[in-house]
Amino acid sequence: MKQLLILSGKGGTGKTTVAGAFIKLSNVNAYADCDIDAPNLHLIMQQKSKPENSDYYGLDKAVIDKDKCIECNLCYENCRFDAIKNDDGYKVNIFDCEGCGVCKAVCPASAITLMPYKAGDMILFRGYQVFSTAELKMGSGNSGMLVTEVKKNMKLASKEEFAIIDGSPGIGCPVIASISGVTMVLIVAEPSLSGISDMKRIIETANKFNTKLAVCVNKYDTNIENNEKIKQFCQNEKIDFVGQIPFDKKAVEAVNNGLTM
Amino acid sequence: MVTGEDKMKIAVLSGKGGTGKTFVSVNLTFVAENSNYIDCDVEEPNGHLYFKPEILKREKIYEKIPQIDKERCKGCRKCVEFCKFNALAHIKDNILVFEEICHSCGGCMLLCPEKAISEKDKEIGEIQEGVFNNSNIYTGSLNPGEETGVSIIKRLLMKANNKPYTFIDCPPGSSCSVMESIKDVDYCILVAEPTLFGVHNFNMVYDLVKLFDKPFGAVLNKCLDGENPAEDFCNKKNIKILCKIPFEHQLGKLNSNAEIASEKNEKYKNLFSSLLKTIKGEFE
Repeated sequence: MKQLLILSGKGGTGKTTVAGAFIKLSNVNAYADCDIDAPNLHLIMQQKSKPENSDYYGLDKAVIDKDKCIECNLCYENCRFDAIKNDDGYKVNIFDCEGCGVCKAVCPASAITLMPYKAGDMILFRGYQVFSTAELKMGSGNSGMLVTEVKKNMKLASKEEFAIIDGSPGIGCPVIASISGVTMVLIVAEPSLSGISDMKRIIETANKFNTKLAVCVNKYDTNIENNEKIKQFCQNEKIDFVGQIPFDKKAVEAVNNGLTM
Repeated sequence: MVTGEDKMKIAVLSGKGGTGKTFVSVNLTFVAENSNYIDCDVEEPNGHLYFKPEILKREKIYEKIPQIDKERCKGCRKCVEFCKFNALAHIKDNILVFEEICHSCGGCMLLCPEKAISEKDKEIGEIQEGVFNNSNIYTGSLNPGEETGVSIIKRLLMKANNKPYTFIDCPPGSSCSVMESIKDVDYCILVAEPTLFGVHNFNMVYDLVKLFDKPFGAVLNKCLDGENPAEDFCNKKNIKILCKIPFEHQLGKLNSNAEIASEKNEKYKNLFSSLLKTIKGEFE
């Protein structure tokens, strides 16, 4: 399956707007939203079929049995994530716990167990079109694993040759997980100095994975000089500059009506 | 409510990216004058582009990565079996370390019966400390290719020194790095944009600040005439609207050139001064 992934580095440059327009225009029958931290593609790609929901379990979380705990403090000393709190007995803060299991390994009283923890919901629409998305539970880490699952879900449910994937902002674990295995990355840049700085950082990240790249600019006419800077940069770096989209209030209206551009 | 202290830590967050977190926190820092600005969006830090601070100090941030002493290793595989992140593999009598996916928990070193594992430092990013007028500007930056900057954020937040205000520019989303950024703050500003996308993600950070039991208010950015889904949401949920910032080409231009709007234009200076006053009022 050939996969086109849409990224931006900076948030709010128009990844989802561009992804939605491409899905509509290309009539692609497989697509996914990998922005599991703030998914939005479903808002403009309304589905007729009922979704299949499944629970996503990240890594286990440590739980301390109060009755067995001998308050030796070893778990507290050895946890690198400051996830063990000691006020009125030893407790694990599930938001800080990464599930590494060090506390369990050092506990001399076998008072610690690792328990499964639901970290999000995976949602798969399997109508005429396959649409895979997910929502990470607030404050959960390890989002890269969920991104990998979302892509896997789409691939398993569809025999299509081509798919479009909406990515997440930033350059960290969900972005890296989304880049792995895709055919090409399209970067939606914004003609602001922040947008340019962030575009360079996402390009540097994508280059580490030797992925084919192209750049387009959204709202290019809001700052023509900066748009030219982006074009020049792409030329110097030998990256394909594939288009520029003007600012149009109608784009906002379309989104607010749950429609693609 | 904060009692007995006149120093305030204020986080600016939004859920969705690009709604104006950096714009709001940079301008508040400017009008508050003597304050700390901390850029916790370590994946894509942008505040420094506006302040262009004079850099006084750079500090590399490292994480601990295991290294294996081949002479000592007997190939018992205890480390491989222990590692929940699959960062270790036993291949052809060798233990391989996949540095990118190691979470630096230290478990392998702790458990190795032969004491064959020690730790080395791996650079994951940098913190820059600089000044702009009387304010301290702290910027965290994750190296491209690294998975997570949570440890950079932790270190950054320890930096805030004795200033009446500390503004924390948060990363987008509502995941672990955002939680880390707001854990110890006194007040949260939620920045929303008037789109369906913006409201959907706004709802997620709204749940987050409620979970953390933080006092908060909303700033509605890029307001156009007509319907505003973000405003409707605030009214429905009884969220205090601290201020509305209009969508204006002039403002967009200043911002896209990384200029501090309050420095260039009296109108925006007044707007942010009154926002700061409103926030102060929330504490009295």
